[in-house]
Amino acid sequence: MAKTVKLMQGNEACTIGALAAGLEFYAGYPITPSTEIAELCAEELPKVGGKFIQMEDEIGSIAACIGASLTGKKAMTATSGPGFSLMQESIGYASLCEVPVVIIDVQRMGPSTGMPTSLAQGDVMQARWGTHGDHPVIALAPGNVRECFDLTIRAFDLAETYRVPVIVLSDETIGHMREKVVLPDPSEIRSVRRAAPSSPAGYKPYAAEEDGGVPLMAPFGEGYRWHVTGLFHNEAGRPTNSGEVADKLLRRLSRKIEKNADELADYAAESLEDCEIAVVSFGSSAMSGLSAVRRARKEGVKAGMLRLKTIWPFPEKAVAELAKRATRVIVPEMNLGQIALEVERVVAGACPVQRLGKVNGELFRPEEVYAAIMSAARGDDAAGAGRAAGEAR
Amino acid sequence: MRVEFRLSGSGGQGLLLAGIVLAEAAILEGKNAVQTQSYGPEARGGSSKAEVVVSDEDIDYPKATDPDYLLALTSESYKTYGKLMGAGLVILDSSVTLDPEIKARTVSLPILKTAAEDIGKKVVANIVALGVLGGISGAATAQSLEAAVKNRVPKGTEELNLKALRAGLDLAKTAMPQVDWTMKRSKNER
Repeated sequence: MAKTVKLMQGNEACTIGALAAGLEFYAGYPITPSTEIAELCAEELPKVGGKFIQMEDEIGSIAACIGASLTGKKAMTATSGPGFSLMQESIGYASLCEVPVVIIDVQRMGPSTGMPTSLAQGDVMQARWGTHGDHPVIALAPGNVRECFDLTIRAFDLAETYRVPVIVLSDETIGHMREKVVLPDPSEIRSVRRAAPSSPAGYKPYAAEEDGGVPLMAPFGEGYRWHVTGLFHNEAGRPTNSGEVADKLLRRLSRKIEKNADELADYAAESLEDCEIAVVSFGSSAMSGLSAVRRARKEGVKAGMLRLKTIWPFPEKAVAELAKRATRVIVPEMNLGQIALEVERVVAGACPVQRLGKVNGELFRPEEVYAAIMSAARGDDAAGAGRAAGEAR
Repeated sequence: MRVEFRLSGSGGQGLLLAGIVLAEAAILEGKNAVQTQSYGPEARGGSSKAEVVVSDEDIDYPKATDPDYLLALTSESYKTYGKLMGAGLVILDSSVTLDPEIKARTVSLPILKTAAEDIGKKVVANIVALGVLGGISGAATAQSLEAAVKNRVPKGTEELNLKALRAGLDLAKTAMPQVDWTMKRSKNER
């Protein structure tokens, strides 16, 4: 079959991607700017034998998705900041109980109800640490409409592979933007399904073969007996208060992601080979960043762009590599410096890191990032370059 | 060549749909197009803005930075966005009084009136405006605009909307003598 060429919206592409990945269950509560995902799931899921439920709130939504996933279904919910906050407790539950689930967070201005229709990227740290306790999590950030499709599919694959909640960290601009996309034929999509045991005899739902291993997951309703609890549990899934068991479990959960960090790291690079002024960004901010980098190149400034598609685990190697060559790293983001904290940690003083935060709900104009690049190229200190970019601090 | 459009008015006028159809028409001709929007929390009323960028090349930044065309259907949107116009053209509904403070080149056209009186439906003003934008800018042919309208308007309203589109294209023709053709030049030549 032919490829599809379409004018498509980011939220729509997330939904089409989810369906291509084999989405079977959606539970959600509509919220701007994510609502189109729920609308389209309501329309499309029944056609493929799936289920759509509008729940009473976001707490119920994520809980329903976890339940559906335990029965072997591929489940997803979508929300924005306020709803994402409400989901945090159950995201921890899914992490500890190792239940695959995909959560799309189309970020808007917060905190609290904030500015519902305005752009922000303020949920970066919430995606990592929103639920209490150490826990494994993966977060991906699409940078255009096609990536909404691709990264939603990848989110399902990673959730199924590692038995973790995976967050697609979209934003108002990416979610609502429509652009020309060329999508592959659905038959070309190979999606992953969790590894299942072959027989109920002696099945231990939390027994992994190695440190950082992923246990086999049996679907409920097919003759397997297992216990799911948010208490720390042994390999059979029964609650425990043993520090030794808890320590071993939490380290394994953490290692699941840590030891695969290189494989999980995903990013797009432009003009990084000889780059002196590096821009590190993600999502909608990266579109402004890329436009600025290209303009600076035309002016003879050796600027380059590292756009992160994987946010968590943080792509440490790519950023560390960049810092070896760069004389300055500029981090434009629609928050007051969340990814910048990670960049600073990884760069570890190898070169100055300049935060370029914006929180007025309006996407960076390319000139704002361009001004920071040119100021850095002139050798201004980071504070001076921030002022050149019009940043009020 | 990158061409930027900003469509502004009040929520409920359907400017978002007009922007979507314009972008789709450009894509049907093999061009690249990106459409973005901004709007208030209200379902109707409040200010509403849709932007479309059309280009033969890769579009890295999706928003209008220096619009080639501003459509303004309300006085409020004219005052807000007219001031930001550089060398681009303002296409204003003739119900809006000209503001001497706004120096941008402007043509006034009876878009709302054409919808209400000639077509007989106020709600198709967005598609009349689409015809005007498409006709004046040449960003998409009448044929592509028609195909895109058919793809995107609610079922059963195709004929009504095609009539509105043609009325808009006719308005554009009558406006051409008013339009300074330097608009056709690329930004690089400015």
